[in-house]
Amino acid sequence: MILSKIFKNTLIVLTACLVLSACATKKEIASDIKGSMQGDVYTGTDTVEYLAEGVPDRVFFATNESILTTASRETLRAQAAWMRKNSSINVVLEGHADERGTREYNLALGERRANAAKDYLMTYGISSDRITVLSYGKERPVDSGSNPLSWSKNRRSVTVKAN
Amino acid sequence: MIKKIITLFLILIPVNSYALIEVDITRGNLDPLPVAVSPLSIDEISRKSFERVLKKKNIGEEISSIVEYNLSASGLFNPLSKDAFLQAPDIANLKPRFEDWNLIKAQALITGKVNYVDDKLRVEFRLWDVLAAKEMMALAFTTVPSNWRRVGHIISDKVYERLTGEKGYFDTRIIYVAEEGPKTQRIKKLAIMDQDGFNNKFLTLGNELVLTPRFNPTSQMVTYLSYFKNLPRVYLLDIETGTQEVVGDFPGMTFAPRFSPDGKKIIMSFAKDGKSDIYTMDLENRIVERITNHPSIDTSPSYSPDGKYITFNSDRSGYQQIYLMKSDGSDVKRISFGNGLYGTPVWSPRGDLIAFTKLHKGKFYIGVMRTDGKGERLLTENYYQEAPSWSPNGRVLIFYRETKTNDKGEGFTAKLWSIDLTGYNERQIRTPTDASDPSWSSLLSN
Repeated sequence: MILSKIFKNTLIVLTACLVLSACATKKEIASDIKGSMQGDVYTGTDTVEYLAEGVPDRVFFATNESILTTASRETLRAQAAWMRKNSSINVVLEGHADERGTREYNLALGERRANAAKDYLMTYGISSDRITVLSYGKERPVDSGSNPLSWSKNRRSVTVKAN
Repeated sequence: MIKKIITLFLILIPVNSYALIEVDITRGNLDPLPVAVSPLSIDEISRKSFERVLKKKNIGEEISSIVEYNLSASGLFNPLSKDAFLQAPDIANLKPRFEDWNLIKAQALITGKVNYVDDKLRVEFRLWDVLAAKEMMALAFTTVPSNWRRVGHIISDKVYERLTGEKGYFDTRIIYVAEEGPKTQRIKKLAIMDQDGFNNKFLTLGNELVLTPRFNPTSQMVTYLSYFKNLPRVYLLDIETGTQEVVGDFPGMTFAPRFSPDGKKIIMSFAKDGKSDIYTMDLENRIVERITNHPSIDTSPSYSPDGKYITFNSDRSGYQQIYLMKSDGSDVKRISFGNGLYGTPVWSPRGDLIAFTKLHKGKFYIGVMRTDGKGERLLTENYYQEAPSWSPNGRVLIFYRETKTNDKGEGFTAKLWSIDLTGYNERQIRTPTDASDPSWSSLLSN
């Protein structure tokens, strides 16, 4: 009986320790990438380049997804406005995936992501003649890390001037 | 072409009957068969001739070490140390003293000799059953000296076939993608090598990204994806002549190519407007057929050996899973129902199994399942690995594996690995550079 009591107490203490330490690590990670990820979509600006002032060149996606986030739609609206202002400019939308998928499926996924961006640009008045889609699958990561933050930067569609 | 170079004729019809030795390859072989590979004997004049032509001091020993390596790499045989051999190679080839070979626990013995005849390499070899004190097989063939490595592979195939009852896979080649440079700017070239990693040759210069080369099962043709002029398209390459051409005229990316089992069609995906569907093109009449029509991603198609069915992966259920359909695209049904994502299905040349890549809880697996999706067996688990390709006898899978990088994003490697269908005998295949996307050829000779 006594033994089991001691055992029980130790167990409680142990559990408490575990809970505490788990909290600590969670907090650290959260502060580390604070402002860089929402869910698993990258929201930072580390890798972002600008087509013009206030016009970011890329949008980011969740794992296995090609849905545009609110932030992505805002970026694409800025791109559409910029393209309307510069009517001679054509673009290539380069779709990418992270390294955590099979090569062939990722080629298709990159194509689907770039097309999601293309469709959105078109609804804001950009003619499809001005847009080419090119998927790189997982072949051209911007970040060579093997961690969720790196992967989130690599799941992207980048708008590149074609001329 | 290569097939014609080697003329193979029998001296003796293999005598079946009293052989006691039999290697069971259906289970993981934890007790490989002890075999003695006596160096091929060679007379002094022949030895000097080959030394002059091939720059190899003793071609007989070189060829037997190829045989030794192959048999050992199969995991089914245990070649014994030559230091223990009591009988000289030339005498053993005439009449082995079976007591001597028995003493060192050899159950099978390979002997032979090699001659330089009219600028050609003539080799004969014998396989002996040591316990039964019988000759099991005797073969001779003549070829150009530069084919000496293939001679070693052909001997290995004959021995493997005689002892296991199934065709070998040693006289084969691997086509793959050679990789160099940082992960963010990899340079990729098509490369080809013998199954054991020798005779490596680069087929492209690395000016454009190339992916997923696959052999035609009936010829020395290869299909692959190239980003030539930044247009990702499926190409056809004749590795004998070096000529290449784009496959079909599609207004967008074509990818994931593979040949039909008769080598007459290419099956691949075509991506357009965010959808990827499966198409075939007949290489004779150039007729393109659409096989799937679905708003999802349908890719990585692979035919059954009889050409009647196609397996592929699709995310039509929401996630990447493996499906089966008739070759005209009808009767589509999902066959993978385990936990996780399933991709890259490849039909075994034996017809009974489908190899695949599985992603589950952050780990990648190479596995096999029956063609009805049942009997799933995971052969190997790792941080990242995919793209299994079958040996022509359906006993071994080759695939590639990538390593996790460190905190600074350094330490990335990609290598080829093989594993037995039983899940045993996992081994790295040596390549001069990093490597991915391997595809195994058919047997070059039969």
